[in-house]
Amino acid sequence: MAVGLTLIFGVMRVVNFAHGDMMVWGMYLAWLLAARAGIDPYASFAVCATVLFALGWGVQRGLVQRIVDAPHEMQILLMLGVALILENLALLLFGPEPVRVRSALGALTWYLGPLYVDVARLVTFVVAVALTLALAAFLRRTDLGRTIRAAADNPYGARVVGIDVPRVYAVAFGIGAACVGAAGALTAPVLPFQPALGLSASVVSFNIVIIGGMGSLLGAFVGGLLVSVAESLGAVFLRPSLKELVSFSLLIVILLLRPAGLFGRRTP
Amino acid sequence: MSLLEVRGLSKRFGGVQAVADLSFTVDEGDVVALIGPNGAGKTTAFACVAGFLAPDAGEVRFRGRALRGLAPHAVNALGIARTFQIMRPFPRLSVVRNVMIATLGRHPDPREAEARARAVLDEVGLAARAAVPAGALTLAERKRLELARALGTEPALLLLDEVMSGLTETETERIVGLVGAINRRGIAILLIEHVMRAVMSLARRIVVLDHGERIAEGTPAEVAGDPRVIEAYLGEEHAGAAAP
Amino acid sequence: MTWLALGGLAVLAVLPAVLGPYALSVFINILFYAYLGQAWNIVGGYAGQLSVGHAAFVGIGGYTAAVLAAETGLTPWVGMLAGGALAAVLGGVIGYLGFRFGLRGFYFVLLTVAFAEVCRIVASNWERVGGAVGLYITFTGDPRQMQFQDDRAWYYIALALTALATAIVWGMERRRFGIYLTAIREDETACEALGVPTFRHKLGAMVLSSFLTGLAGTFYAYRYSSLQPGAVFGIPLSVEIVIRPIVGGAGTLLGPIVGSFILTPLAELSRAWFGQGGWHGAHLIVYGVLLVAVVLFLPQGAVPVLGRLVRRAAP
Repeated sequence: MAVGLTLIFGVMRVVNFAHGDMMVWGMYLAWLLAARAGIDPYASFAVCATVLFALGWGVQRGLVQRIVDAPHEMQILLMLGVALILENLALLLFGPEPVRVRSALGALTWYLGPLYVDVARLVTFVVAVALTLALAAFLRRTDLGRTIRAAADNPYGARVVGIDVPRVYAVAFGIGAACVGAAGALTAPVLPFQPALGLSASVVSFNIVIIGGMGSLLGAFVGGLLVSVAESLGAVFLRPSLKELVSFSLLIVILLLRPAGLFGRRTP
Repeated sequence: MSLLEVRGLSKRFGGVQAVADLSFTVDEGDVVALIGPNGAGKTTAFACVAGFLAPDAGEVRFRGRALRGLAPHAVNALGIARTFQIMRPFPRLSVVRNVMIATLGRHPDPREAEARARAVLDEVGLAARAAVPAGALTLAERKRLELARALGTEPALLLLDEVMSGLTETETERIVGLVGAINRRGIAILLIEHVMRAVMSLARRIVVLDHGERIAEGTPAEVAGDPRVIEAYLGEEHAGAAAP
Repeated sequence: MTWLALGGLAVLAVLPAVLGPYALSVFINILFYAYLGQAWNIVGGYAGQLSVGHAAFVGIGGYTAAVLAAETGLTPWVGMLAGGALAAVLGGVIGYLGFRFGLRGFYFVLLTVAFAEVCRIVASNWERVGGAVGLYITFTGDPRQMQFQDDRAWYYIALALTALATAIVWGMERRRFGIYLTAIREDETACEALGVPTFRHKLGAMVLSSFLTGLAGTFYAYRYSSLQPGAVFGIPLSVEIVIRPIVGGAGTLLGPIVGSFILTPLAELSRAWFGQGGWHGAHLIVYGVLLVAVVLFLPQGAVPVLGRLVRRAAP
């Protein structure tokens, strides 16, 4: 998920508050597809990614693009608005109760000697790694990927050499949202969820991205690992109700110490 | 004692040595120009003097007082005002408000500050545009506003970063006249400039930078005749144009 | 202008005489949120430092007064000031950290959100202050304990608070402090170059704003006779605080008031319509849509537009 955020931020310097909520929508889509059409979330994540791509693309084209040159605060407020709409629409449509998606893999456990491995979690992890690698390769190897990186580096220069910058932005935003959608669908079977999850998901992904450095894919991935370790430690030593405290305190500390992250450039 | 004394100033950005062991002085009422090719470290040197960047080594003294560790606003309060190469007006505030932000430092009463601001606008020839939002000004007007704001802080030393670039010849001449008049009021001036004719007619001394190092210093005539300078920067046509 | 303001105040002062109980409670909310918006406006509007964690100061102010009253018997009229002071201290700490470490724009928003959430989690886990259930204040109806049989008392307190905050902002606009803030919002670096001590001014704005916001916490606690961590520290309340000045016009004197007169009745209506069907959160969708619409079509808020209309109508 952080990969999606870092892509959006890196390319457009637009911060996406709606990120967690987009992920929650990915989860609910997976849930709908599983409940209504009987599609396993490990198959439907591609569908979720596509739908979220369209959503992200639309938000960028219809809303963000109009104010891309406006002051930063305006973009923050805009995304806050989108986040409010998405979260509460989910609340309206699906209700506040936590739900869970069943997957055929959910019941499976492999025993490897003394270790047992939860297959669902393992698959989620493997697919996430694969998606990250695929995205990195896409950005480095393909023309479109290179174009996205060029537009991120220097929008003006990119325009000069004939790149349709608004279209690239829309695609990048779409890909960012698609990653989040896929992440949502993939975590749906291992984590019960509810609309209010959006915010804490956003915070976790901010943590990851800020530690790793805004706009750096490798950073996002390493940051993701660090944050999950810190949070599991917190969960071991603290009451469960204080677990969230760890993420938020972590966020404050990270913000103060490292505004550009481990692998990011410090932008003035 | 010199008004401004820069000694051994160095600043590095990652692998790039932006300014290396730079020393120069500006005397009371002096006009000194800092010239050199793009990326020679002129703006970096400015930023170090005005407190926007902390130098890695060396020191900057103003009236004998070391400036190390002072925030930009504190440096300004001592009497050093800078302009920005890329102008930074407050676009949604009116022109007179823009200058008031500068004059309020020495005149905390807003009415007094406004009167001072209007006087400065008169001086730079922007009085007619006082009520317009700064975002609506033309390039030449914005350059004047940048100058007016720096003047509004009532400095003893004015750091001008390319206040003439991009202007037409007539506009340049008018700014040259204006800067000369400001200097005659006793305000010392340190300027970065690419417009050689302006440098030659305004500066009493010129410091030439290349790759962060000082490669020459002297009067305009001396510098224009220095072969190292011609090689590094001026080129044939400029050398020809600069000779009076 | 002065006459208009006094006239408006006079109308508001006699209004309770003609309002029914429901309308009165709506008007109390209008004024209360206008006050909160005005307090936020100082740091968020004038100084341009977007805080989306102002609910934290409401919570701190309310909890301080309520806990002091419960444990020492201190009257909330004094506790209110203590709550404001504690909120100002914490606002100062968060502002100091944020501004000292140079957090701008989005990073500052995140810092304030995280701060409010930390407060919420701490309050819900601290049994001494009621934990997740919160605090309940026994109703006695004693005005010395800031409790009233008649809702009109709340109306006048809210009106006085709003008038106070607006007067403070009005005075600020005319002094160096306020003029500097408007420039800091536009370009901090340029401010520094012109001799403006930006750090000190941003911090001053934050402290003043959190103090005023803290006062509102006591109002909230005693009006509803209860405090729940989720309600007073939560992000929804922060959004309520932020959205009115933005819709009305952030950084304008009347923005928060106009914004509250537009939004509060709207929120009441959508709550009344959708709330019955169990459609919670519907009014937050309305807020979201409004935020998007204001950013896209009316980035300066409603006040400049209204100003133009008034000037056209009465040249």
